[in-house]
Amino acid sequence: MKLYCLSGHPTLPCNVLKFKSTTIMLDCGLDMTSTLNFLPLPLVQSPRLSNLPGWSLKDGNAFLDKTELIDLSTVDVILISNYHCMMALPYITEHTGFTGTVYATEPTVQIGRLLPSPLKDAVEVSTWRRCYTMQEVNSALSKIQLVGYSQKIELFGAVQVTPLSSGYALGSSNWIIQSHYEKVSYVSGSSLLTTHPQPMDQASLKNSDVLVLTGLTQIPTANPDGMVGEFCSNLALTVRNGGNVLVPCYPSGVIYDLLECLYQYIDSAGLSSVPLYFISPVANSSLEFSQIFAEWLCHNKQSKVYLPEPPFPHAELIQTNKLKHYPSIHGDFSNDFRQPCVVFTGHPSLRFGDVVHFMELWGKSSLNTVIFTEPDFSYLEALAPYQPLAMKCIYCPIDTRLNFIQVSKLLKEVQPLHVVCPEQYTQPPPAQSHRMDLMIDCQPPAMSYRRAEVLALPFKRRYEKIEIMPELADSLVPMEIKPGISLATVSAVLHTKDNKHLLQPPPRPAQPTSGKKRKRVSDDVPDCKVLKPLLSGSIPVEQFVQTLEKHGFSDIKVEDTAKGHIVLLQEAETLIQIEEDSTHIICDNDEMLRVRLRDLVLKFLQKF
Amino acid sequence: MPEIRVTPLGAGQDVGRSCILVSIAGKNVMLDCGMHMGFNDDRRFPDFSYITQNGRLTDFLDCVIISHFHLDHCGALPYFSEMVGYDGPIYMTHPTQAICPILLEDYRKIAVDKKGEANFFTSQMIKDCMKKVVAVHLHQTVQVDDELEIKAYYAGHVLGAAMFQIKVGSESVVYTGDYNMTPDRHLGAAWIDKCRPNLLITESTYATTIRDSKRCRERDFLKKVHETVERGGKVLIPVFALGRAQELCILLETFWERMNLKVPIYFSTGLTEKANHYYKLFIPWTNQKIRKTFVQRNMFEFKHIKAFDRAFADNPGPMVVFATPGMLHAGQSLQIFRKWAGNEKNMGTVGHKILSGQRKLEMEGRQVLEVKMQVEYMSFSAHADAKGIMQLVGQAEPESVLLVHGEAKKMEFLKQKIEQELRVNCYMPANGETVTLPTSPSIPVGISLGLLKREMAQGLLPEAKKPRLLHGTLIMKDSNFRLVSSEQALKELGLAEHQLRFTCRVHLHDTRKEQETALRVYSHLKSVLKDHCVQHLPDGSVTVESVLLQAAAPSEDPGTKVLLVSWTYQDEELGSFLTSLLKKGLPQAPS
Repeated sequence: MKLYCLSGHPTLPCNVLKFKSTTIMLDCGLDMTSTLNFLPLPLVQSPRLSNLPGWSLKDGNAFLDKTELIDLSTVDVILISNYHCMMALPYITEHTGFTGTVYATEPTVQIGRLLPSPLKDAVEVSTWRRCYTMQEVNSALSKIQLVGYSQKIELFGAVQVTPLSSGYALGSSNWIIQSHYEKVSYVSGSSLLTTHPQPMDQASLKNSDVLVLTGLTQIPTANPDGMVGEFCSNLALTVRNGGNVLVPCYPSGVIYDLLECLYQYIDSAGLSSVPLYFISPVANSSLEFSQIFAEWLCHNKQSKVYLPEPPFPHAELIQTNKLKHYPSIHGDFSNDFRQPCVVFTGHPSLRFGDVVHFMELWGKSSLNTVIFTEPDFSYLEALAPYQPLAMKCIYCPIDTRLNFIQVSKLLKEVQPLHVVCPEQYTQPPPAQSHRMDLMIDCQPPAMSYRRAEVLALPFKRRYEKIEIMPELADSLVPMEIKPGISLATVSAVLHTKDNKHLLQPPPRPAQPTSGKKRKRVSDDVPDCKVLKPLLSGSIPVEQFVQTLEKHGFSDIKVEDTAKGHIVLLQEAETLIQIEEDSTHIICDNDEMLRVRLRDLVLKFLQKF
Repeated sequence: MPEIRVTPLGAGQDVGRSCILVSIAGKNVMLDCGMHMGFNDDRRFPDFSYITQNGRLTDFLDCVIISHFHLDHCGALPYFSEMVGYDGPIYMTHPTQAICPILLEDYRKIAVDKKGEANFFTSQMIKDCMKKVVAVHLHQTVQVDDELEIKAYYAGHVLGAAMFQIKVGSESVVYTGDYNMTPDRHLGAAWIDKCRPNLLITESTYATTIRDSKRCRERDFLKKVHETVERGGKVLIPVFALGRAQELCILLETFWERMNLKVPIYFSTGLTEKANHYYKLFIPWTNQKIRKTFVQRNMFEFKHIKAFDRAFADNPGPMVVFATPGMLHAGQSLQIFRKWAGNEKNMGTVGHKILSGQRKLEMEGRQVLEVKMQVEYMSFSAHADAKGIMQLVGQAEPESVLLVHGEAKKMEFLKQKIEQELRVNCYMPANGETVTLPTSPSIPVGISLGLLKREMAQGLLPEAKKPRLLHGTLIMKDSNFRLVSSEQALKELGLAEHQLRFTCRVHLHDTRKEQETALRVYSHLKSVLKDHCVQHLPDGSVTVESVLLQAAAPSEDPGTKVLLVSWTYQDEELGSFLTSLLKKGLPQAPS
């Protein structure tokens, strides 16, 4: 069993697991931090931005060189754990000769297709490398097979994969990859906090031989609850002073929680008249989709649907006109736009999308505030091309994924035999090298990987499931060898089909053919491949002699030797040497006699 | 002998109060717990005394599964769990869990408030009953206990309707509930994988019908409604609040839009408005088209269909009203019917007595109502027809089929068809009658990889035409079964091997020296045993595989040589063959 590590980014993993003749890709995240190397794409050509020195296109094709380790056309299936970890999917499904199946949950697919990516949203710009077209994205998405939590999916009869709720986002999953005797858990982007998704399923991760751990929080020192509090208070402060608040964010995910917090907060803070704007080409879809995935939500939200009410309160914000959403800043928005206001828009890298416009518009005034909530990008780097800025910048990264304390607790609880994780998790963060608590602590120590490494996973397969046909099972004769342990010798025909093994009863011995054709001597030559059982036990001489007598042998003499006894059957000119672990029958060439003696000896021995 | 036992307590050769007991590998499962529309006495609920005469329900049943929210599938649930007493788990899908209590409450209100029945279940009982419900997702494998697992498949009959697979080890049963094999305007078609259950329990409502295309029925419906409103008549469509109502609403809504009609369409209030809301929130359970377009336009937000007010019934001019309940036996639909029945311009659907052609109805209070309105019966209920049932049987590939939820006569026809065309046994037990199917589950054990690989490598050899025997030892410790090689079994148990060896004296007439005799034996064996490894060793002995042959000269008779043939028990076949071969003597020596 091997793990090929194609991504060095711990929250955007891409690993390939070879397990029992199947090749399984675990996620295909795309590292987009390199977008920070590009200049923002403004709405109108900005002389300032285009004249900035030093902002050149560094390695614009840093991603998409995953093929050196493994031939991706041999990948049988791809398992997607959440909508952030599928951005490289079109590359793999459309450009590598991939012919397999992709498995993901319905919310992952529906929201994943909404998420912006410079790869599809900025294709027309010549300076950005164009990776795939919309057709390719759609073709990639069409290869996805939708699955539900705790659904058991058979792969070639050899391996079973199962998605489990991971608690991080709508439809986010961890995966179990198992056969009857081996179990690998793949944990990616999980959360133990109570936000909107269904809680994490921890119990099903128990008894893993190997647990691959990725997607921990990127901001281990920030407490998400505290950050939400700061978000609200900074927002209130700015708006009260007549300023506008800009929230660069993804169109799905944490925004649902932020809107829910504001739903509760704005009335008590006396901000009910401040308009909330959500601007994104997919704003409407995102808000609508969030309301129809009741089955993937936490219990509280689920029970609302039973009333029936929409699970998220942003429905009410929209109904009461407190929240308005627009596909872009063009059209209706420019008519409705009132200040001061709060604007949620993307992209969080500040490199493309409508956020670029708002940065240009509001950056000059110190009344305004930009609040960073997404943890994926360094906010200082994101802001760099906009400097000097007068507006306030607040950094409230909200990352609900597991922190190191939660990981330790989780590992203690589920007790995997081995943990495998990116090397970043086995040492403190470079900026906080004294913080020994900001790393994974487990026994035995986690095996770490870095990009382009191949790990041999430390367990050996020893058993495989096989089915015994009922007719064969009925014919077995179990024998109790030790208290509680029984044995039965099995001679059967092995059938293997689709990686499933079956034992059938041996065929009945063929009836002697009564053909006219003269039989040749060689036809009778036995097949030496017919295996006879091994024997075990010892033969008590006195009882053996009694048995011989009972079966009509007379004139029996017993002699003691150094190691045992010799039983002499004088009449039959036969000699039987009996020792602790061996019996030797020496007789004339009399098959009948030999078989009789053999059967008497076998009565005292066990067959294996 | 292991077996699967099935006893319908309801829906056996009948439609109504679906309730089927299944025993599989020692587990007891109840499938559905419905009421019967046709009865108002004890017979409206399944006869649970079949179980309770032997003990408590909770002790007997491992779980209860509800296929969908129609009352003939869940109407007895509060009675069963709260009045008879069952505390185990009840499984159903999320939409069923959401909608079921509303219909139960509606049912309770009609029974208690309108008909004044006593000793009926209460609102609180419905709530307590629903607390025992565990919601399941489609295709999720739910582990009821360590051995029993269930899995839901899409059934397409109403929102949230599911078929269920019940599985213990390698034995399984599939129960279809009600299902539809053709997608309609709001739901998709039922689907199941080739799960090869021992038994498929299927509904058979339309066992004998091959239904005409849905399009025709829809066109017919629209034409009749249109004609009626064109001539200024009123159309009453009695429906159940959930299910077909939404399909017909979508149908009329799109028709109204296309024809630019202004005639008002009303939906009786309360429940139905709520119902549409459920459809909006459970969009993933609807058909592909609605799911794809719901962001642009939620099909369940109707533009032309408004909430109904009782006063509207007296409004002049044409209108279309959807009113509950569907059987026209009570409630709003009955009220409206009484108002409109006298006018031949109007049109209405359904109602048993009216349908059977009766034109004068005796109402409560001895009042006689003369029905002058046109009455049309149109079936839009989403059940699989004979073709659909056969199709599903083909999809799942069961060993046997059992029919429920249909009329005996029609079942008989379908049973023959299934047995003849699909060559599968088919059963149709009546209520209280038990069908027993013997099963022969195979036994899963763990085989050591070493043993398996050794065998499989041998199996790959081209000459392995004959079935090869795998030999090993099954070690049974508690419930852990492992098949290992004999050597490993001995080793694991700390036992030593006992070697059994045979040596036979074969007398040969040969005057030559021992070495030459050995050489003759060697060349003889070499020529006969072409596929075996025959060797002549330097010390003069001959080996065939691991059988050893040595020639010796007994002192008393120089004309005879004794050949000692020695082999172990494991080589018995070969050893025995060699001795009998040599007994026949050696071929004439080459001169």
